[in-house]
This record gives sequence, C-alpha cells and structure tokens, in this order.
Amino acid sequence: MNRQIVKLFGFIVVLFGVLIGFTSWWSVFEADALKEKNANKRPLLEQQQIPRGRILAADGTVIAKSMPKGRGAGKRYVRRYPEGSLFGHPIGYSFVKYGDSEFEQFHNEELIGEDSEFKSIVDELLGERQEGNDIVTSIDTEAQRLALAELEEQGFGAVVALDPRTGAVQVMASNASFDPNRVPDEFSKLSTDEIERPLYDRATQGQYPPGSTFKVVTAAAGLDSGAITPETTIDAPGTLEVEGTPLQNDFNQDFFGAGLDTALTNSVNTWFGQLGEQLGNDTLFEYMERFGFNARPAIDLPEEAISKSGVFAENDELLHADDPVDLARLAIGQERLLATPLQMAQVAAAVANGGELMKPQIWKRVIDPDGRTVETMDPSVYSEAVSEETAAQLTTAMEGVVTEGTGTNAQIPGVSVAGKTGTAETPGNLACGGGAEENQAWFIGFAPADNPQTAIAVSIECTPEFGGDVAAPIFRDVAEAILNGRE
Amino acid sequence: MTSARNRELLALVPVAVLLTAGFAGVFSQENEQLGNLSLIYGAYFLAICLATHIYLRIRLPDADPYLFPLLAALTAFGLVMIYRIDETLARDQANWFVLGLVLFALTIHFLRDYELLERYRYTIAIGGLLLLLAPRLPGIGQQVNGAYLGVKVGPIAFQPAEFTKIAIIVFLASYLREHREVLIVGARRVLGVTLPPLKHFGPLLVVWGASMFMLVFIRDLGSSLMFFAAFLALLYVATGRFSFVVIGMLMFLVGAWFFASTVPHVHDRIEIWLHPYSDPQNTGYQILNSIFAQADGGLFGKGFGQALINVPGGGGPLLPAAQTDMIYALIVNEVGLFGAVGVVLVYLLVTARGFKIALLASDGFSKLLAVGLTSVFAIQAFVIIGGVTRVIPLTGVTLPLISYGGSSIVANFVLLALLLLVSDRARREAAEPAGRAAALGTAS
Repeated sequence: MNRQIVKLFGFIVVLFGVLIGFTSWWSVFEADALKEKNANKRPLLEQQQIPRGRILAADGTVIAKSMPKGRGAGKRYVRRYPEGSLFGHPIGYSFVKYGDSEFEQFHNEELIGEDSEFKSIVDELLGERQEGNDIVTSIDTEAQRLALAELEEQGFGAVVALDPRTGAVQVMASNASFDPNRVPDEFSKLSTDEIERPLYDRATQGQYPPGSTFKVVTAAAGLDSGAITPETTIDAPGTLEVEGTPLQNDFNQDFFGAGLDTALTNSVNTWFGQLGEQLGNDTLFEYMERFGFNARPAIDLPEEAISKSGVFAENDELLHADDPVDLARLAIGQERLLATPLQMAQVAAAVANGGELMKPQIWKRVIDPDGRTVETMDPSVYSEAVSEETAAQLTTAMEGVVTEGTGTNAQIPGVSVAGKTGTAETPGNLACGGGAEENQAWFIGFAPADNPQTAIAVSIECTPEFGGDVAAPIFRDVAEAILNGRE
Repeated sequence: MTSARNRELLALVPVAVLLTAGFAGVFSQENEQLGNLSLIYGAYFLAICLATHIYLRIRLPDADPYLFPLLAALTAFGLVMIYRIDETLARDQANWFVLGLVLFALTIHFLRDYELLERYRYTIAIGGLLLLLAPRLPGIGQQVNGAYLGVKVGPIAFQPAEFTKIAIIVFLASYLREHREVLIVGARRVLGVTLPPLKHFGPLLVVWGASMFMLVFIRDLGSSLMFFAAFLALLYVATGRFSFVVIGMLMFLVGAWFFASTVPHVHDRIEIWLHPYSDPQNTGYQILNSIFAQADGGLFGKGFGQALINVPGGGGPLLPAAQTDMIYALIVNEVGLFGAVGVVLVYLLVTARGFKIALLASDGFSKLLAVGLTSVFAIQAFVIIGGVTRVIPLTGVTLPLISYGGSSIVANFVLLALLLLVSDRARREAAEPAGRAAALGTAS
C-alpha cells in the first residue's frame, strides 16, 4: 500500500498547488482588474478610510477637506466643500456612492496618498495608515468669486483665465454651478436637470460657435504663414457673395483698402472671409491645431470633463483639412465651428505669451502630510503657435479693438488691454428656450498688453446682447481682480 | 538524536511566539498601544500546550513530534484571526480548544488499543450516519444558508458532519482492511475496464449512497464532496486500482450532475460558481467579495486588523461569514499571498506527517486509518479553500482548526489523537528489532 500512499500524497500536493495558483491569481495577477470591477466596492470603501488630502486655492482658501465620522473600525472620512458652489467647477466632488469627478478624480492618487508605490509598500510593512497629500491650485479665489457672480447676473456661461506664461489656471467658473456638498442628497436631481445642467462644466465641456473671436486665429494664420503683413490691404465690401449666400459686415459697412488693424478693430467679416479663402484649408487647419483645436486641451482634468474644439460634421465627427468646408465662414468663426471657453482662452494665452502656448494646469503644488512640498507644477509648452513677431503684430491689432473698436468696455484704467469681441447668432437654440434673438457673446483678451499676466475668455449663452456689451465688462472686472491680486 | 518529545517541545516555542506576535499585532492595531495582554494570552496558550505535551510525554512517548505543534500553530493562527473579528468569538474558540484537548486526552486514554474500533465498526458507521440525519429532526435541527448542518440541544450546538467524518473513516479503514484482497482478486475486466466484484462492493455503494443522500437531504455539498473524496482516496490506497477511483468519480459526477439539475439548492451553488457576476449584489455577493478581498491583499496583505469586514457606517457585511467559510479570504487580505501560502504549507506538512505515519505503520488497519484521517483533513482544507478561491463551488465546511466553530476544533483534536495513537505504536515498532515488529504486526 505504501506505493499508493506516496502517489496519493503527490496528488494532494498537486491539489494544494492548485489552491496556491488560484490564490496567486486573485491576489496578485488579476488583482488590478478585480479592483476595477463595478461590483467591487472595496477600493472606494477603503479610500473612505483614508483622510483624503485638502484642495486649496492659491491664497490658501480651503476648497475641499475631509471630515472624520464614526470611531474605531467604522471610522471614515467624508468630503466637505466649505466654499459651496464657488469651486463646484472645476474641482468636482468625491463621495463613495457617487464616485469622483473633475479635479477630484484626476488627482485622486495624490489626494489619497498613493502617488508612490514604494512608499506605500514600506508603510504597509510598518503598518502605517495611508494619508493623503494636499494639493494647492493656482485658482485665484477673489477672481473666481467675481467671475461666478457676474456670470450669474448674465445667465449660463463660463470664464476661463490662464496665466499665459505658465498655463496656470487662475479662474475657471461655469454657471450654472453646483454645491458639491449637496451631491450625496441631490445627485439624481443635479444629474438630470437638462436645463441648468449644473454638473456640466461649461468652461471645458461647453461647445459654442466662437464667432468673431476666431478672427484672431485667422489673422494669426495669415501673418505667420506670410500670406499677409500688417500693411497688406484688402478691399472688403459691405456684402460679399460666398458659396451662394451673402456674407455681410455689421451695418453693411464697406471697408475698402483696409489693413489688419482696421479689419480687427471693426471686426470686418468680408475682410476675414477673403483672407480665409486666400489661406486655404491646409493653412487654416494647421494654425487651428497649433492653437489647440482638434485635440483635448492638455489640462489636469479627466477626459470626460473636456470637449474638443473644431469643425464638427452632422454626426459630431471632427472635420480635417481634407474635408470640404466653407472657408470664408470658418474664417469668421461660423461654419460648423464650435469651441470651448478653455480653447478660446488658449488662443488669447498663446498670443499673450509671444506665440508660445503653454499647457493649462490647475494644480500648483502637492504637499505631503508632513508639510513638505513633494511636487511642483513644471510649466510645459503645448506648441509654438506663431512666431514672436506675429504675436506682437496681433497684440497691436487686438489693442486697437479695446481702445477704439468693438471692445472698449474691456478697458482698464492705467492698463493696456488687448482683446477681441465675438457674437455668434444662435437663433432657435433649444437650450435657451428656442427664441430668435439669441446670441453666444464672447470676449477673449489679455492684460497688460505689454507684459501679459492673465489671458481670459468669457462666454455667455443665450443673450440678446453683443460680446462687447456683456462679455467685455466681465473680462475687465476679472482681469482687474487678478492684476490687483498680484500687486 | 533528540527524542521525539524534545523535538515537539522545541517546535511548540515558535507556535507560542507566533500567537503572542499575532495578538500583539492585532492589539497594536486596535488600541494603538501595546499592553501586556498579548503576552498573557501567549503564556496561557503555551501553558495549555505544555500540559498537553507533558501528557503526550507520558502516554505516547514515541508519537510523531511535529503533528501537535503544527495543529497548535493552525489553532493559534485561527485564534488571532477570530480575535481580530470579534473578541467574544475568540474566547469561545479558546474554550473549545481546551475542550478539544480534553477530548484528545480522553481518546488517547481510552483508545490505547485502537483495534477496539474495528470491532464496533458497524455501530460506529451507523452512529455516524444517524448523527448526520439529526439536523433534519424537528426541534433540534438547524438550517444554515439552506443546508441542514447544525444540531442544537439546549445550549449545546454542534455540527455532526465534523464527527461523522471520523466515524466513516474508521468504518472504511476497517472494512477495506478486511476486503481489500477480495476487491483486488475478485475484480473482473469488462470491456477493458476493471470492475470490482459486486458482492463485496455493496457496502461501498452504501457510502456513495450516503454522500448522495447528504447532497439532497442535508443539502451539504461540501461535506458530501469531502466524504466521497476521502472514500476514493482510501479505496485507491487499499486496492491500488486506479480504475476503481475513476468509476467512483464518474458515479459521483453523474449523481452530482443529476441532482444539480433537479435540486435547486445544489443547482444554485453551481450556477453561482460558474457565473458569479450575473447577480453580484445578491447570490454572487459572497464569492465575489471573497476574491475582491483577496485582490486587496496582494503579496504581503494589509496587515493584521486592517481588513474591512463590514461596510462602515452600518452597511452590512462586506465579507459574509468572515469567521467561518470566508476566513481564508480574510487571511489573504490581511497577510497576503505569502501568509496564505504559509497556511497552505502547514496543511501540507500535516498531510505529509500523517502519511508518514501510514507508511511506518505495519498493519493494514493502522495504515488505512492514518491515510483516511489525514486525507479527510487535507480534503476538508482543499474543499473550503478551493471554494473561497473559486476552484470549486463554495460550500460551508470549516477550514480545519482556523475557522470559528467548536465542533470542528473538537473533532479535529480527536482526529489528531487517533493519528498519534497509530503513530506511537508504529514508531515504537519501527525502532524495535524487525522480527518482533513483524510478529506483532501479524498478531494484530
């Protein structure tokens, strides 16, 4: 019988080997996939036991913090947002039942302290409790407060302010906003409100026709490609027949022999329409892409919270240089062109920064639980959109818009401002109630023009007013607040 | 050479250290301060083990030196895990450990001549089967998770299957010792397959019937699997005929397949095993949370006392039955793959020592008894760990000596007593002159 006993033992060794194999499979090889499963509530519940780090504004204002609840093994932390809806966008929320959104989601690993694999293994062996890192953002509390308050007066819309030199986000306000503290109680109401869409970040997700603000891109392409110089003149009649439909200037005004400064200051449609046709698809699309169109902005927000900007076909697909487009209308920001406020802020920032577009970033520093700064945002270049010379020429033209053109409401006493207004007609927009007199009002610009410290895009939905009347004043106030905060 | 008992004594030291360190780990986690309570618990445990050791030194001086420390190690580990779940449960478990050792001592005291068991084999077998029926009796029976596993008489509750497994092994060892020759010689080849003689195979069919009966009537898939696998292991060792094992397996599979398609309880268990994600919040909840807990453990685990067992804030259990069925998942979560492999290796070492005893034993009954007891212990560990890791459908047997449960602890220490009784004699005979050992072997 001994031979059988030895064989039986061999068989049991095999059986136990299978057990070790399966245990290894679940605990190591398949572990990451299992943690992603929807049915697996464990990662979220465990995160709840970690004191998630705080999120702070540039001035130290606490945007989000974690409050302990319960004791012993049942101890957990719940997120609190002391400023309510002020930072609803772009910070988002983080709750076990509803998950994370926006900035909270993108920076989850740092906030729960899982940024260093090695560190967490050492902590595990030492039995130390994981603790989250704080993140300081570059958001300017007062400018954000002002931007949101002024938006609330005008209706739905967004304000984005970037530091053109670093890409640091100074303001990112979206109306309607939401109070993240209310997410656990009112999630279904917040997520199903189709009119206000409070969970929708209009600054990064809202896609609107940019109207005349896009002329900055067309002008940049013309100057930088060498097609025109600031001295080049184009005869721009009050009405121009383009592809069977007349393209008109405001009040049907003729601008014969106009140069760039005149054309931009008076936002002459037929001037830019002809320039667009002269440039052709390839050049115009190339410069659009240099300014960030056709791609998701490289900002620190999750993909689903950012929309692309560009020319969209009926099926919501982006068109490219080899697709047929009405160049004259594209050149003045019409056609099927849609842009996010963040995208238009990038256009202003690239011009402000001597043609160099920086990647926009909300975070500034990560601070570990012991108070040490463990990481600092390192500004990086997204693209060389245009040459420094082109940027300087554009700045001069954009200063004209504010001193004597459509953007005079953006003037700040004692500070030179460069900008461009935009008003896109959106009649019958269902989101606005379907009225006929509805515009998307824009202003993009930067200040001070000779030493830019902030580049801002303001966009207002569903307004009967023009960009110069409703968007430019918001630009002025927010820019002033940011510049004053810097003194 | 160090004597067997001295080696046992030495092996107990790391066990007591393990227990002390384990409790210290849990305490430091829960109270954030290290009292001397862990040392006191460690000392108590060591004292009880030492008393048992001294008893063994007197009664079974030649018995295997490693089995008791190995089983004590499993018990100690179980106590720490259970303490970490619930203090009062750990106190119960500790009491049962002491009760188990008392029964261990009594078994050794009264069954020195364990051949006595052979004489009463039918009584033992029928007694064991009757015990199995008890949970279905009105008044004392208890249903747990759809299976009739428990008996409750007054304040005493126990799971008869834990004791029946020993009774059945005793019966099979004795029956096969007597009939193994005829089973081999009388076998006929039909269509190229060696079939056992029908006349002598009758009682073995009864075993198959009993396990099928458990499946349907008691609805205990785990015990059924465990009994039948132990039976096949014994049959194989006794006859050396692998074809018998294959026939037995086919019979079990056919029976299991038939009942899986007719008995809803069995059918559900298998469905959950194959498709746990089809209802993750309900039927699939336990097995899915078992593997999620393991995924969370990783290589080194989260540390003693760190696992989430309940949803914080009164959200119900996250790992249902953590102290019994799911304790292995909790082990993987807290001490990781390395800790779990350690546990599996301890079970493997117990198996190796048990089979060593069988190899050394000179007579057929001793051999088969040692093989049977060891196999049933190892298979029980496989059935529950396999269930928790989704190798096989999840069932409700205990993880021997680690899971919370008095019947399991007590029954397994009785099992150990029988193994050590066989071992003591086998090793003494092996150490004596061959002639005398042989003479004794034939005499028994």
